[in-house]
Amino acid sequence: MRLWEVFTQAGHGAPHEHAGSVHAPDAELALQNARDVYTRRGEAVNIWVVPSEEITASSPEDAGPFFDPGNDKPYRHPQFYKVPRGMKSE
Amino acid sequence: MSQDSGSRIEGRGTALPEYLLRLGDDRLVLGHRLSEWCGHGPVLEEDIATANIALDLLGQATMFLRMAGQIEGQGRDEDALAYWRDENQFRNASIAELPRGDFGFTILRQFLFSAWAFHHLGTLATSANAELGAVAAKALKETRYHVRHSSEWVLRLGDGTAESHRRAQAALDELWPWTGELFWQDEVDAELRTAGVVPDLEPLRAPWEAMVGDVLARATLTLPAGPMRMSGGRRGRHTEHLGHMLAEMQIVARSHPGAKW
Amino acid sequence: MTPADDTTRIQAFESRIARGETIEPKDWMPERYRKQLVRMMSQHAHSEVVGMLPEGNWLTRAPSLRRKISLLAKVQDEAGHGLYIYCGTETLGVDRDELIGQLLAGTAKYSSIFNYPTLTWADMGAIGWLVDGAAIVNQTALAKASFGPYARAMIRICKEENFHKRQGYEIMATLGAGTPAQKAMAQDALNRWWWPSLMMFGPSDKDSPNSAELLRWKVKQKGNDELRQRFINLTIPQGTAIGLTFPDPLLHHDAETGDWITGPIDWAEFHQVISGNGPMNRERLAARNQAHDEGAWVREAAEAYAAKHAATSREAA
Repeated sequence: MRLWEVFTQAGHGAPHEHAGSVHAPDAELALQNARDVYTRRGEAVNIWVVPSEEITASSPEDAGPFFDPGNDKPYRHPQFYKVPRGMKSE
Repeated sequence: MSQDSGSRIEGRGTALPEYLLRLGDDRLVLGHRLSEWCGHGPVLEEDIATANIALDLLGQATMFLRMAGQIEGQGRDEDALAYWRDENQFRNASIAELPRGDFGFTILRQFLFSAWAFHHLGTLATSANAELGAVAAKALKETRYHVRHSSEWVLRLGDGTAESHRRAQAALDELWPWTGELFWQDEVDAELRTAGVVPDLEPLRAPWEAMVGDVLARATLTLPAGPMRMSGGRRGRHTEHLGHMLAEMQIVARSHPGAKW
Repeated sequence: MTPADDTTRIQAFESRIARGETIEPKDWMPERYRKQLVRMMSQHAHSEVVGMLPEGNWLTRAPSLRRKISLLAKVQDEAGHGLYIYCGTETLGVDRDELIGQLLAGTAKYSSIFNYPTLTWADMGAIGWLVDGAAIVNQTALAKASFGPYARAMIRICKEENFHKRQGYEIMATLGAGTPAQKAMAQDALNRWWWPSLMMFGPSDKDSPNSAELLRWKVKQKGNDELRQRFINLTIPQGTAIGLTFPDPLLHHDAETGDWITGPIDWAEFHQVISGNGPMNRERLAARNQAHDEGAWVREAAEAYAAKHAATSREAA
């Protein structure tokens, strides 16, 4: 049995979110198990399953340098830029 | 509803309740057998999956039995029908009442039945009786998943290890002769066919055999040869298994006549 | 790593906890924290799975279709809860198979309440009302546990648990308002399940070796006694409202504190049951072992099939 991470989409247009994990020997049963375990109460319209070992994650030590602090780089935010009054930016 | 044990239903207007009992009893009995697995399955995920199918079947049974009681018009609701009829008044196909056996037996039985129900409900969904059609359509959605789940397990057991193959083949050999009864028809069917309420079961045989044959072949299992069992489930002539099952199922209700739960 | 580094890391860790931060699986944590969590979470998961058995005992005898369906859905949920928590425990680097092996060998603990037998249909009501009721009081506190995967599993479980308690209480209320035989059945079930449900909260904090550490690390938020009292105060009025009496001649209301005060709990019974001498301990483990053993060929078949077909798709690629 492998461990699979389950991501469910609550409604159309919504992003997939991590719901938990399931055990299964292969992808088809992982999908079915995920459906039975995590969507019994109508919580999802779509499911992804991924073998846990296929997930590459950042490590907690990266929290500083890896996630470049955003609050001193205002040029990445739309509010930094001024447009003439009454003019739409798009 | 006739009080006569096992006798035919005479007269107009009793065919539909009779047919609905067949639909309801199949699912009540099969759902009950599946529920026996709860807490005893081979893996936790499968306990959940089996319970899901059982819940679907029991829900469908409730709908069909409720309809049967309403149309019969003698004040019997789904509980009165489920808990207060004797075994010779039950109308399920015998395949449903067989003891659950090992996981292979349960899965093969589920697959053979669900594949049949898939084809049956598919045509029933267009019934001239709109209410019946609607219930069948909803049940069909659930049954699609039952076919998917059970067929995937048939593949894994048939084409897994030597032991799982042996057990799956043994299950198939035992179950196959009971499938004939699923296509058995009598004057109840004839009357309702004429009215466009239910389909002819005979034309469903070929597509069912094709679906089942395909999965079994891929599972490296061999279709048994030999005659079908003598059937009588649709007329209340069951195996000895049903009596014991009902004794357990009905005991609490029957111990307290008139009580509400 | 030098002892000085370790002390610094522990201090940093405990500051995070004090600030109310959530610890995730890949974060640094003291080995003892990890061990306590594995112990607590796996015990909880085992309890859910073993807990399916006393209720499963009445599934085939449920006296109406609605009750049959509700009870099956409840037991199914319990399997799901066990699953969530086993998966959460696996984030701490331990395999589900290893944990299950400990349960089957009898070396892991699970909630003592499930070592009692279910003797009548009314026990289904008593379990939902009292056992799930007690679990809710416990779990609501755990939803703020410092360890992320446990807290998240608890939130999901709490959402589902509410229907369990309601279902149980509704069964008891229906019986209480029913025939004399039904009413007697309900009272008898309450008589048998009341004291064991109080014991579910564990010994008094002063007698509980793990409590202090778990509270400091915010794995537990509240002490055993506080949670037990909350449960008692909630439950007494509920029982009275449906015409039942509690099997405790010393039960009285303290007007000053507003608490219901019970008589003494028989901790000797608790220790008997938790050390394997309860009425159903052997049967529960035997049932789990049987399911596991009888299912071995199924699990092996699934693995074999997956291996065969992984090989095939590798060749095809």
